[in-house]
Amino acid sequence: MREYLRFLSRCFRVSFVGDWRYQAWMAGLTTVALVGLNAYAKQLVWGLGATGMTDEVSWGLYIGNFTFLVGMAAAAVMLVIPVYVYKNRELSDLVIFGELLAVAAIFMCLGFVTVDLGRPDRFLHLFQRFNFPLSMLAWDVLALNGYLLLNLHICGYLIYCAYRGRKPSKAFYVPFVFVAIVWAISIHTVTAFLYVGLGGRPFWNSAIIAPRFLASAFAAGPAFLIVCLWILDRLTNYEVPRAAITTLRRIVTVALLINLFLLACEVFVEFYTGSSHGVSARYLFFGLHGHSAMVPWIWTAIALNATALLILMTPVGRHEFGLNAACLMMIVGIWIEKGMGLIVPAFIPTPLGDIVEYTPTTNEILVCLGIWSAGLLLFTVLVRVTIPVLAGRLTADRSPAPRHPSPRRLAAGEEPESRLQPRARMSRT
Amino acid sequence: MSSTPPEDPQDLSRRGFLQASAAAVGGASALAAALSPLRELDPDDLPSIESFFQKHYREMTAEEREAALERIRESVAKRWEVEAEVSDPSPRDGVEFVYALNVSRCIGCRKCVHACVEENNQSREPELQYIRVLEMPRGTLDVEKSDHHYEREEVPDRGHFYLPVQCHQCADPPCVKVCPVEATWQEPDGITVIDYDWCIGCRYCEAACPYWARRFNYSKPGIDREEVNPDMAYLSNRPRPVGVVEKCTFCLHRTREGRMPACLEACPVGARKFGNVLDPQSEVSWILRTKRVFVLKEDVGTLPRFFYYFDERYPRGGAAPFEEKTGRDAPAGEERR
Repeated sequence: MREYLRFLSRCFRVSFVGDWRYQAWMAGLTTVALVGLNAYAKQLVWGLGATGMTDEVSWGLYIGNFTFLVGMAAAAVMLVIPVYVYKNRELSDLVIFGELLAVAAIFMCLGFVTVDLGRPDRFLHLFQRFNFPLSMLAWDVLALNGYLLLNLHICGYLIYCAYRGRKPSKAFYVPFVFVAIVWAISIHTVTAFLYVGLGGRPFWNSAIIAPRFLASAFAAGPAFLIVCLWILDRLTNYEVPRAAITTLRRIVTVALLINLFLLACEVFVEFYTGSSHGVSARYLFFGLHGHSAMVPWIWTAIALNATALLILMTPVGRHEFGLNAACLMMIVGIWIEKGMGLIVPAFIPTPLGDIVEYTPTTNEILVCLGIWSAGLLLFTVLVRVTIPVLAGRLTADRSPAPRHPSPRRLAAGEEPESRLQPRARMSRT
Repeated sequence: MSSTPPEDPQDLSRRGFLQASAAAVGGASALAAALSPLRELDPDDLPSIESFFQKHYREMTAEEREAALERIRESVAKRWEVEAEVSDPSPRDGVEFVYALNVSRCIGCRKCVHACVEENNQSREPELQYIRVLEMPRGTLDVEKSDHHYEREEVPDRGHFYLPVQCHQCADPPCVKVCPVEATWQEPDGITVIDYDWCIGCRYCEAACPYWARRFNYSKPGIDREEVNPDMAYLSNRPRPVGVVEKCTFCLHRTREGRMPACLEACPVGARKFGNVLDPQSEVSWILRTKRVFVLKEDVGTLPRFFYYFDERYPRGGAAPFEEKTGRDAPAGEERR
C-alpha cells in the first residue's frame, strides 16, 4: 500500500517534468481549462440560460461533444481486439495508449453531461432513485462509469506491475479485457439508443444510428491515436513501430468507408421516401423555409470525410503527412457529423412544427474548450507517466542502477536506452 | 509550472521545494480566480440542509411532506412577502381526468395561454408558457404547416383554424419512461407530475415529448409580487427553482378539488371541456361517445388524454343546406365536417 502511494506521488512529480514544449503545452491546457471552469462558474450563477439552448432546441453543443467522445472512448477496442483476440504483436505496445485515451475520453464525457445538468447539485438523486432499466440515460450512466472503471483497472494494473517489475498475472486483467471489449461496443450502442428510442423525434428514430455511431467512432478514435503517436514519434525518441501505424491506417480506412456508406443509406431513406419524417434531414442538408444554419457545417463534414477517404485510399495516405492530414480531417468531419449534425437537427423543427435555430453562446463554447483542455491534460499526464514506467525507467527499484538515471539528466535529454525511452519530453496536439 | 521537481522524493531539495510551493500557490490562486463568479450566487437560491436532504415526494412521510410544504410557504414569504396557501391534494378514487377541445369553436385568442401563466405562477421574465396555440391552414393537420407566432388584429382568421396544444397527459408517457431519477411520474388520476425538488435538469423528458409540452427553467423564473398566485400545490403551481423542468398539470390544485382548469374558465367561446372520463354522466364522456374526436399525432402511440373534436351540427349522414355551408362566416374549421 505504501509502495502504491509512493508510486502515485512519483507519477505526480513526473508529470511536471519535461522540456519547454511540454511545459508550454501543459501551461496552455491548464489556462484554457481554468477559463472553461470560469465560464462554468458563470453558468452556475446564471443557469443554463448562459447557453444558446432553448425549449425548442434543448440539447446542443454539450450533448454533441458528449456523443462524439463516447465514440472516442469506445474506439480503444479497435486496438484491444487485434492484440488480445488476434494476437497482433505490432499493436501490443500501443494498446495501453488506446485504453488511456478511453479513460480521458470518458472523463470528458462525464464532464459534458455534468455541465449539461440544470441541477448538478442533485446528482446524488441518481443513487437514491435510479430509473433502471427503463431509462436509457440510467443505462448510459452505468455503461460509462463501468467502462471507466474497467479501463482504469486494466491500465492501472499493467502500469503498476511494470513499475514493480512484476509480470502481470493474466487472471487479473485478461478477463477484464474481454469484458471491456463487449462493454466498449455497449457504451456506444446505449448512447445511440438514448436518441433512437425517442418516438417523437423521427430524425433519431432510425435503427442505423447505433451502427453509424460505431463506424464513425472506429474511424475517429484510431485516427486520433495515429496523430498522437506521430507527435510522440516526432518529439520524443519513443519510436512507434511502422507496422502498427499501417494496421491503424487500415482500420481507419475501412471504418470511414463503412461510415460514409451508412450515411449514404440514411440520406437515401430520408430523401427518396419523401415522407414528412425527413423534414429534419431536409433542414440539415438544405435548410428549411430560409433557415439554414446547419447547412454549411454538414457539407463541410461530408467534404472533409470524403477527402480523407480519398487520401487514405490512394498512395498519398501512405505518406506520413498525407495520413495525418487525413486523420485530422476525419476527426473534425466526424465531430461535426456526430456532434452538431446529429443532435441539433433532431430538434428542428420542434414536434409542433416551429423552427427555432440554435447558436451556441461564447460562454458555452468556453465551457466546451475547458473540458477538452482538461481531458487532454489528463491524457497527456497519463501518457507522460506511462512511457517511463513501461520503459523500466521509473520503477520501484530504489537502488541507483545505471538504467535508472537521475531526472536531471533525463530532462537534459540524455541516455536514450530502451526503445520506450522518451527524452523526458512529450507533447501532442 | 516551470518548476521541475525531481522524480524521486529523496532528491527533494530546498530549491525544488520552494519552486513546488510557488507553483502550488499560483495554481490555487488561479483556481480561486476561475471560480470567483460563484460569489454572485444568491444565498437564498442555494439549497438549505433540509431541502438538500429532502426525500423524493413519494418517499416522504406525512410529517416530512408537511415540512416540505412549510418550507415552500417560508420561501414564498421571504421572496415576495406573500402568504401562500400551499396544499398537496391527493388524486381521488375513481377519477381519470380527460380534456376535450372543440376545434370548431376555438378562435385562437390565446386567452387560455395567459390564464394558465397567471394561475400557474409561470415565469414572466423570461416568458414561459404551457399552452401553444397553432394557427393551421385549412385542409391539413400537419403541424409543420402551422404558424406559432401569428399576430392578427382580429381572430379567428377565415382561412385558418386553431389548435391549442398543451400537455396531453398521455397514458403511456415517454417523458416518464426516460427520466433517469424518476422525478416525473403519472398519478392515478392520469396527470403526469414532476417533483421540482427532485428533477436534475437533464431535459431528457423534453427531448422525449412528442407534443413539446415540457418547459425548462433556463434562468431563475421572474415573477413580480402582485403576479404571484398564492393558491399553490406541491405538484403543480408552486414556484419553481432554476434548472428544473415543468409542465401543465391540468391545474391539479383546482381540479382535484372539483374546480375547472384555469384555461377552461378563461375560454370565451366554451371550446374547452374537462372532466372525469370514468363518470359516464360527465360532459367529456358524452363528447368522447358522440363527437368526431381525434388525437394529435396518434401515430406516436402515447395514448393522449387530450382530445380534439369537431361540432356536429347536422345529423350524421344528413347534408347541410348548401347556402348555409358557404354563405356565412363559418367558425374556423367548420367546413372540415
